[in-house]
Amino acid sequence: MSHQLLSLYNCRAADIKSLPILTITDFRDAIINNISTGGRIAALFGMPQNNDIIKLIVVLADDQQSILHLASTEVKGSYPSLTPDCPQAHRFEREIAEQFGIRPENHPWLKPVRFHNSYTKNDAWNRTAEAQIQPSVMDFFSVKGSEIHEVAVGPVHAGIIEPGHFRFQCNGENVLHLEISLGYQHRGIETQMTKASKNRAIHYVETAAGDTTIGHTMAYCSAIEALTGCSVPAKAHVLRGIGLELERLANHTGDLGAMAGDIGYLPTSSFCGRIRGDFLNMTAVLCGNRFGRNFVRPGGTAFDIEKQHIDDLRLRLTAALKDVTNAVNCLWTTPSVLSRFEDTGGLLRQTSVKLGLVGPAARACGLDHDCRYNFPSGIFQFKQVPVATWDTGDVFARAYVRWLEIQHSVAFIQDMLDSMPAGSVRTETTSVTPNKIAVSLVEGWRGEICHIAITDNAGNLARYKIVDPSFHNWMALAVAMRNQQISDFPLCNKSFNLSYCGHDL
Amino acid sequence: MIKALISRIKQGYRTYPFPAKQPVLPERFKGRPVFDYSRCNQCRECEKACPVGAVNIKNNKVCIDMGKCLFCGDCAAACSRNAIEFSKVYRLATNRRDDLLVSDKEIKLAEAINKESRRIFGRSLKLRQVSAGGCNACEADTNVLTTLVFDLGRFGIQFVASPRHADGILVTGPVTQNMLAALKKTYDAVPAPKFVIAVGACAISGGAYLDHSETNNGVEGILSVDLYIPGCPPHPYTILDGLITFLGQYKADKLKRL
Repeated sequence: MSHQLLSLYNCRAADIKSLPILTITDFRDAIINNISTGGRIAALFGMPQNNDIIKLIVVLADDQQSILHLASTEVKGSYPSLTPDCPQAHRFEREIAEQFGIRPENHPWLKPVRFHNSYTKNDAWNRTAEAQIQPSVMDFFSVKGSEIHEVAVGPVHAGIIEPGHFRFQCNGENVLHLEISLGYQHRGIETQMTKASKNRAIHYVETAAGDTTIGHTMAYCSAIEALTGCSVPAKAHVLRGIGLELERLANHTGDLGAMAGDIGYLPTSSFCGRIRGDFLNMTAVLCGNRFGRNFVRPGGTAFDIEKQHIDDLRLRLTAALKDVTNAVNCLWTTPSVLSRFEDTGGLLRQTSVKLGLVGPAARACGLDHDCRYNFPSGIFQFKQVPVATWDTGDVFARAYVRWLEIQHSVAFIQDMLDSMPAGSVRTETTSVTPNKIAVSLVEGWRGEICHIAITDNAGNLARYKIVDPSFHNWMALAVAMRNQQISDFPLCNKSFNLSYCGHDL
Repeated sequence: MIKALISRIKQGYRTYPFPAKQPVLPERFKGRPVFDYSRCNQCRECEKACPVGAVNIKNNKVCIDMGKCLFCGDCAAACSRNAIEFSKVYRLATNRRDDLLVSDKEIKLAEAINKESRRIFGRSLKLRQVSAGGCNACEADTNVLTTLVFDLGRFGIQFVASPRHADGILVTGPVTQNMLAALKKTYDAVPAPKFVIAVGACAISGGAYLDHSETNNGVEGILSVDLYIPGCPPHPYTILDGLITFLGQYKADKLKRL
C-alpha cells in the first residue's frame, strides 16, 4: 500500500498524533485501494476543527489480517464523493453532509439521513442550525408510467415496532424500487456523549438500540478500557461473553418466530415468541434485567455469578435448547414454509460486498465476516465460536444462519458455564488518557457494532462515534426488495430485522 | 401437519395463570425503591449519583421519582448507609404523575376506570402502540404480552393496526421532534372517548434523554396521560398489571399465594 495508514488492533488506543492526515486525493485513493483489496469501511465520520475545517476519519477493517487501518484528511465546504467509486460510503457521506455541511460532490443520492439540525452553521442543503426540519420532507426516487403506483408506509406501522418511512414504486404487485427514509428516532446520542454529565453516557449506549444493550455497552466499555489502559478480569470477560450470546439467542429466536408469523406459519411463531422470553429471563438471572441493563460496566461487570446462578442457567439453557430445536425444526420440514423462504429477497454476494454488509445478512451471502472470529476481543480471544454462513442470500439463508448461530451460542454458553474462572469481576478504571483514539468492534446479534472514542487535551471525550450494524444494512433491504412482490415486504423486512433507533441514534 | 401437532404437544401449555398466581421475578430484579430514613444522614451522595435527577432530598427526606428512574441502582450503591433499597415489588402503575414520587407517603397505585367506562372498555380494549423514539426495549416488552405466556387477549386487550380501530394509544419513547407530528396525528385519528398510556421512563419524563433538544421529555404536556407505567423498560408483568388494574380486572382478594 502506497499510503501510510495507522494500523490498530481491535479494542486498542493510539495517539491521535499517529493518525496520518492525508490530502483528500490520497485519502480517497487509500480508501478505494483498500476496499479493492478486500477491505471494508467500518466507520467514516467527521470531526470539527478550527476555521470551519472538518477532519474526516476513516476506519477500514481488514477481515483477513484482523487489523484496522485508520486515516484522516481535512476538508472545508466540499470534496469529491467516494460513493461513485465505493458504494458502501454512501450513507456515511450523507451523514457527514447532514452533520457538518460538507458536500460530497457527485454523490448520486445526496439526501439527509436523520433530519436534524446541523452541528455547524449549516448543513449541505444550506439549512441553518436553527431551521425547522420536517422528517422525510424531500423528493423520493420515483418511477413514472401509466401502470406505476406508489405506496407510502409509516412512520407509524401496523405492529408494535419503531417508526420509519418506506416508499415503494410498484408495477402491480411487483416492487421496482424501495426507498427507506429514517430519522424519526433521532435522540441526539452522539452529541450528548461528549456534552452530557459523565454518568449519563452508559445509559445512552445501553439504549442506543435497546435490544442490543449488551453489544453496545460492551463496545463502549472496551473503548473506555482501551483509553484507560484498564485490564478486565477473566471472569468478567466470560460473563460479558455469556451476556452477548444470550442477547443473540433471544433475538435470533424471536426473529425466526416473527418470520414464521409473517408467512402465517403459527406453530413456530407462537413457540419462538415464548422461548425468546426464556432467553431474556436468563439475562435477568445475571443482572435482574431482561435486556442486560446495568450489567456491563467499564472495568468488568456490575454483577458476579454464584454457583446457584450457574446451575440455574445450565438447567434453563438445556430446556430452552430443546424447545427451540423442536420449534425451529418445524420450519425446515414444512414445504409451505420453505417455498416462501427460498428465493425470496435474494442478495448477490457481490452486492453484499459492494454495500459493505455486516452480520447475519452478510454471512447469508456466503461472506465469513464475524467480529468474534475476525477481530476477537475479550473471551473470544480464547474461545472461538464457529462462523455460520450460507450462500443463497435469500430469506431462507438469513433464517438458517440464525439457526446455526443459535446452536453455536448455546454450545458456547454451556462451555463457559462449565469453565467459569475464579476471581473478581471488575477492576477500577482510572481517568482516560488525553489525545488518544480508540476503536472497538463487537459482533452484536445484528452484526458489527463499531464505537470510536477520541479524547482531547484535557482527557475528555472530544468525539464519540457509534456505528450500529443497521447503518450498513438498511440499504440491503431496499436492494433485496427489487422485483419482489410487495406482499413479501414484511417477510423480507423481518429477515433483516434492522434497528431504527440504532441507525437514528 | 402431524409434525406440527407433535411439536404442539411437546411444547406444552405455557400460559402463566396471572393475576391469580403472582409472577416469579428474578432474584436481582429491581422494583419499587424503599427507604430506611433512620439510616439516612442526608449526605446527598444518592442525588449526585443519579444520572437523570430522579433522586432528590425534599423536606430532609430522600424521594425517588419513578417516572424518571432508570432503575440502575446507582443511588443505592452510592449510599454508604444502605438507606435505599430496590424491592421486588413490580406493581408500579399509577394514574397521576405525582403518585410516581416515592417517599414515606402512602403508595397510591392506579385505580380502575369508572363503572361506565368499565361497561364500555372493561372487556374489550383496543390499543394502538406508538413508538416515539423508544429504544425497542419498552416496545419488545409490550409486544411480549401478546405471546402465549402472558396471553393479553384473554383480558380482552388487543393491539390493533389502525388508530381508527383503537380505544387509546400506548406511547413509548421520549417523543422525538421527528415523531411529534406523527404522534399527534395518530392520537387525533383515535375516536373519543380515548385513553393515553405512557410506558417507560422515556415516555413519562424523557428518561435518559431528559432535556435533549431533539426530544420533548415524553408525552407529558403533549397529551393528557391516563396511566403511567414506569421502568426502563418496565417488566412485562408491570405493564400487564397496569393494564388490567386500569380495566378493573385485578382483584386483590382473589389472589392465590402460591
